[in-house]
Amino acid sequence: MDFGTILQTIFNFENYGELLQLVQNSIWAGAVLGLLGGMVGTFVMKRDLAFAVHGISELSFAGAAFALLIGADIVLGSLVGSVAAALLLGVMGVRARDKNSIIGVIMPFGLGLGILFLALYEGRAANKFGLLTGQIVSVDTVQLQALAGTAVVVMILLGLIWRPLSFASVDPDMAEARGVPVRGLAIGFMVLLGVSVALSIQIVGALLVLALLITPAAAALRVSTSPRVVLALSVAFAMTATVGGILLALGSRIPISPYVTTLSFLIYVVCRIIGEVRTRGGHNGRITRPAVSGSPAKVSAGA
Amino acid sequence: MTPLVSLRGASLKFGKRVLWEGLDLEINPGEFFAVLGPNGSGKTSFLKVLLGLQELHSGHVELGGRPVERGSRQIGYIPQQKSFAPDTPLRARDLVGLGIDGHRWGLRLSGKSVNRRIDELLDLVGASDYAKVPLGQLSGGEQQRLRVAQALASEPQVLLCDEPLLSLDLHHQLAVSALINQQCHERNSAVVFVTHEINPVIDYVDRVLYLAGGQFRVGTPEEVMTTEVLSELYDSHVEVIRANGRIVVVGLPDATTHFHDDAHTGSAEGH
Repeated sequence: MDFGTILQTIFNFENYGELLQLVQNSIWAGAVLGLLGGMVGTFVMKRDLAFAVHGISELSFAGAAFALLIGADIVLGSLVGSVAAALLLGVMGVRARDKNSIIGVIMPFGLGLGILFLALYEGRAANKFGLLTGQIVSVDTVQLQALAGTAVVVMILLGLIWRPLSFASVDPDMAEARGVPVRGLAIGFMVLLGVSVALSIQIVGALLVLALLITPAAAALRVSTSPRVVLALSVAFAMTATVGGILLALGSRIPISPYVTTLSFLIYVVCRIIGEVRTRGGHNGRITRPAVSGSPAKVSAGA
Repeated sequence: MTPLVSLRGASLKFGKRVLWEGLDLEINPGEFFAVLGPNGSGKTSFLKVLLGLQELHSGHVELGGRPVERGSRQIGYIPQQKSFAPDTPLRARDLVGLGIDGHRWGLRLSGKSVNRRIDELLDLVGASDYAKVPLGQLSGGEQQRLRVAQALASEPQVLLCDEPLLSLDLHHQLAVSALINQQCHERNSAVVFVTHEINPVIDYVDRVLYLAGGQFRVGTPEEVMTTEVLSELYDSHVEVIRANGRIVVVGLPDATTHFHDDAHTGSAEGH
């Protein structure tokens, strides 16, 4: 296969208009999941849970593989796996170091189970591959609606706990002193995260969930620290990646995940460069005034 | 005058270890009350009791005439200075905003009034110039000013401060303690100020609770910070020297009160 053929396989826009009609539902689902991923991602970054997302997705994969093996609903299987993993981490991993080692322990276990179930499965190979790398286009309308509906429920719940969860995420000691139920929120968020992971897996697959739940938020944080701006950018980036990925993948026979992850990655790189340039420039919003005699300069105090 | 804080027969034990026992205490509006003692003497636990985060072993504790409850809006809390990570996704004003409505459910819908209140509080502590600077890029002293603003958000009657000056340089120590004292006098709040170093606030302190070795003394600094009283508390000879309005304690029996070392290690082990 020469380069030209490869390129044609990756970017194929023949009969684009007709195809667009066919995948309208997928695009809507992609948009909703992008919205969800962008929102959840900001909390994943605030709570330093990137590694946990990866761990949850491996167990979610095991759940989905088991469902595939016994002929049950795959989305349900992946939901059960990821919520179980998320709860386990939420309850056991209170301290950061502890959490990371627990993730390190359950992640390979989950992946191993998943591989076992897939090895036992005798159906189509494409189904197996889809779990790891994404399959949204092949999901039917009913399932897509269920996906979007679940995503909306998660977003509403997230909205209800938004402020105390932000407080508990960035300033836990103070939040506790203020009467915020820090521990309850941590477990509650893990459940929402588990559901979000299971949903995202339907688009990008278990191996690439990070591209939807972490990269957009991480990119947004490179260019802003204002919570509102970060949220808006994170959502915009995630939706660009999912919807853009689906549109680009439309004409080809390649799964959509490489398109989604590449878009996501490129956005991150651009944001990172913008962030670096700004840091060099030294502008951080501080209003500087000419020094008055006797007023000490801004000295760093043991920070 | 009704006391803002009142403890009756209060005691706190962890297992067999007695931190303090039979503590009767009333703290009045406008009073600057310092809690002193070596590490592990129960200073921070004392604050946790008032915050409703720690149950007494026995006795009663009331705040503004009511039993303490977690998250009371009558309390403002200033924690130990603990530097935020450089990439913390918050600006100075957002930290103050958390103090205003961070505990409420849902999303912030009334942005305008909250923003106005944030500006007022920033102005009060002299932090307006760096309102929009990312938290991680501020110095320890600047962060601690924001902590004061955050604590004052609910117009508390009682201000609980847990070693708020630790790891700050002298200039910021003076500025932050003056801010706290100002609250005490202008708003007639009670200040409970936990510290292991009385000198930065010695000019403000009305009364002292000194905790050591499972015992305690309450009184004015002149009554408590004496060779006799501290020697008795520590059960070994301790010399208290006064010079230039400062108090130096010499010969503390254990290595837990190395004042100057703490200033360097404190931020790393904040909890």
